[in-house]
Amino acid sequence: MRNVNWGKLLRENAVTIMFILMTALCLIFSVEQQPLNFVLYELFGRLSRNAFIVLALIIPIVAGMGINFAITIGAMAAQIAVLWVIEWGISGLPGMLLAALMTVPLAAFFGFLIGKLLNKMKGQEMIGGLILGYFANGLYQLLFLFIFGNLIPLNAPGLVIKGSTGVANTIDLSTERGFKYALDDLWKVDFGTAMYILFGVLAVITIIMLITKKMKPVRGGVYLGVMAAAVGLYQIPVVASLFSMVKVPMVTFMVVGVLCLFNTGLLRTRLGQQFRAVGQNRTVANASGINVDKVRVIAIMISTVLAGWGQLIFVQNMGSFQTYGAHEQVGLYAGAAILVGGAGIRKATNGQAILGCILFHLLFIVAPAAGKSLFGDAAIGEYFRVFISYGVIAAALVIHAWSGVQKKKTAKEALSE
Amino acid sequence: MSAEYVLEMRNITKNYGENTVLNDVTLKVRPGEIHALLGENGAGKSTLMNVLFGMPVIHATGGFGGEVVLDGDKTNITSPHDAMTKGIGMVHQEFMLLPGFTVTENIKLNREVTRKNIVSRVLGRNMETLNMNAMSSAARKALDSVGMSIDEYTRVEGMPVGYMQFVEIAREIDKTGIKLLVFDEPTAVLTESEAKQLVSVMKAIAESGIAIIFITHRLDEVMEAADSITILRDGKLVTCLDKKQTSIIELAELMIGRKGEAMVSVEPREVPHDETAMSVRDLYVNMSGEEVRGVSFDVFKGEILGIGGLAGQGKLGIPNGVMSLYPSDGEVTLFGEQLTLGNASNALRMGIAMVSEDRKGVGLLLDQSIEDNIAFTAMQVKGEYLHKFGPISLKDGAAIRAQAEKMIKELDIRCFGPLQHSGTLSGGNQQKVCIARALTLNPRFLFVSEPTRGIDIGAKKLVLETLVKLNREMGMTIVMVSSELQELRSICDRIMIVSEGKLVDILSPAASDADFGLAMSGIKPDEHRGGEAQ
Repeated sequence: MRNVNWGKLLRENAVTIMFILMTALCLIFSVEQQPLNFVLYELFGRLSRNAFIVLALIIPIVAGMGINFAITIGAMAAQIAVLWVIEWGISGLPGMLLAALMTVPLAAFFGFLIGKLLNKMKGQEMIGGLILGYFANGLYQLLFLFIFGNLIPLNAPGLVIKGSTGVANTIDLSTERGFKYALDDLWKVDFGTAMYILFGVLAVITIIMLITKKMKPVRGGVYLGVMAAAVGLYQIPVVASLFSMVKVPMVTFMVVGVLCLFNTGLLRTRLGQQFRAVGQNRTVANASGINVDKVRVIAIMISTVLAGWGQLIFVQNMGSFQTYGAHEQVGLYAGAAILVGGAGIRKATNGQAILGCILFHLLFIVAPAAGKSLFGDAAIGEYFRVFISYGVIAAALVIHAWSGVQKKKTAKEALSE
Repeated sequence: MSAEYVLEMRNITKNYGENTVLNDVTLKVRPGEIHALLGENGAGKSTLMNVLFGMPVIHATGGFGGEVVLDGDKTNITSPHDAMTKGIGMVHQEFMLLPGFTVTENIKLNREVTRKNIVSRVLGRNMETLNMNAMSSAARKALDSVGMSIDEYTRVEGMPVGYMQFVEIAREIDKTGIKLLVFDEPTAVLTESEAKQLVSVMKAIAESGIAIIFITHRLDEVMEAADSITILRDGKLVTCLDKKQTSIIELAELMIGRKGEAMVSVEPREVPHDETAMSVRDLYVNMSGEEVRGVSFDVFKGEILGIGGLAGQGKLGIPNGVMSLYPSDGEVTLFGEQLTLGNASNALRMGIAMVSEDRKGVGLLLDQSIEDNIAFTAMQVKGEYLHKFGPISLKDGAAIRAQAEKMIKELDIRCFGPLQHSGTLSGGNQQKVCIARALTLNPRFLFVSEPTRGIDIGAKKLVLETLVKLNREMGMTIVMVSSELQELRSICDRIMIVSEGKLVDILSPAASDADFGLAMSGIKPDEHRGGEAQ
């Protein structure tokens, strides 16, 4: 086991490595344009609003359905909920919670329909989900342009296009009716405090596990050591100053943490075992009495509801959203992010989702500045980051196809095994 | 449990449309016995097992006649899952294992041991947490009972196939209340020592009171393991025997049997052996389900060589491999010239033509006219039937028409004319179009693979007569692959029998049924007799 196969390691993580190199390069060129502490400030902001939706992709990947591009539809469900919560004028945290509650039946129902449809096109789930997202966008527009504010009147100020019908282009959550920062502002601390709290909790858990002998001493020691080193490093003023602008929305990150635990916990249940079995081989799963179609529908439903919640977290942080555009790129960016983290279309973990989120957004932050310092134009950096997110998805798919090809052997070798 | 038989399938009859695949078949299995089920392909073994497991394909095609009796009670098995709950298990020929799961997870798949938790009290059983410790100790017990020392936490991925087979068996044994286990060709993928271990595991299982239905084509294993033997042929019950009162030779004979009279009679003649037309050495073909593992043989100029054997043993792989339609390795020479494997057009250019067993998939362009089908390969491979204008080439309609009309006349293709779409022809006439296309290449060597599959008796006769005529009048060297032994025996000069991807023996068409039966189960007839004489 000591013999690490470097070639294989490189091949399997090619996307992540490529991305790290690219991000590092952009980072170097962007430093003079934007200081590092601004980059970190931006990064934490983006992580808090985007990590949740990326984590929503894990269950369908494990269940063998690839990247669920149909999470776009979950985002639409959330936006419908937001519209009505604002119309009713329920602001702040209660508004956010009500929107979350309303998202559940909507997204679950949409997820059910998506799942049913994807069951009819097994093996084509990704392209199916993508096209379904575009199709649903049409229905969404019909709903927001014609039905809401027209057949069903809307009374809240600013929700309807002035002098016309249909919902306004932008829905603003920063008014007294909205719930901007409902979650983020509950408990915000600076980076140092957040780190002490997190490591404090982790250290206590590690020590308890060490005492009850649920963890190997070496492992526990390494964990504690790493935490101590990080705390030590933070004592150096230069390091600390990098994080000076960062404000950590504790509750938002806790929600993300809970979702990670949910993903892990779910995969350890009977249902989780069914997801994994269906993901590996539908025929075998079916032969052992698992209702494959039902399991797949459940996976998509969970993912769609989670994506809806993810979109709520996103809009409460942004403070407003484009009524007709905010959901459009959700699936694409989340999919690219998880692939960047080293997930494949058959395998994904929480860690890969978080890592991918960090790398992807880091590139987003530094690319315009790097473009400006390299080419004298921020728009070129902007162009690159859009181009790259599509490129990453294409690269991940091609690498996935290649890994199948490399297993090919001559007939004689294949048969003499 | 006092019933004499754990399973009785009484007078089972099953039709697929007009086709009767099972006709009044009865199978009786006692508790704790190993009951071998023998028969050629198409004898009805798998249909009988499909009935036993209540497979959807049976119910979707109008159910079956007769009754299934478990432990003396008449039952109605509605689905594979229902069969499982009634105590019937299956060890599949293709492994039903998940490579990414550990041995434990595979054994306990969908029968996980779980603990209740807060969420599961609300949302039900599916949310219960897995109890890995309990699962692995149960898996350990099941593994021990099949004599497997492998660690229960090992992943199935990368395990030797022999181990996978035992993991499958362990999974079936682990199911509570199992009464009857079906082993479908379990030894096909095993090495000799693993196969021996398997037979002893089967005996141990049977001793614990579980009955076993053992489907295999290896007659020597039947003699070693089985207590009683049921033989099917052509969907009918031939006989049910006690192992002690029979012999391998008798089994081989009963399994093959004579199926009617020869359809085509050929003047007996000396087998040509002057010049070697094709010589094949160490051929490996990776054709899924028809793998060939190291076959060597020679074909003499002017002969008709038959290749026979049970389905899935590799006989179809041989022509497909030589033609490079599937990945293949080995050395092939044609009239002394080396043939490079790996590119189908090489074989065609050197003058080997093939009539594929997959008539509608590979053989014909169903939406095209007869004449286009006939000329297609010659145009593509040899550049014939074309007008050339510099880099542009156009179809030579007149030449194609002439060739098509010639072929229609010679092969007696029943059609309205050369422009009729080949998809609208009957099976026999489609087959003739395939032969016509092969002949249009002016081949020196012809492979014919399952030429009579799916066509009616009259057409079969015509196709076979066409092949004989080609051989006798034009001196064409033909290799014919067929599942129907009777067909091979009626027109071939020599018949090669393959089993498990290897050549067993080359027999004369006049050899006895027993010899063919032995060869098909992988035993060389001469050696078997030699062994008995000692």
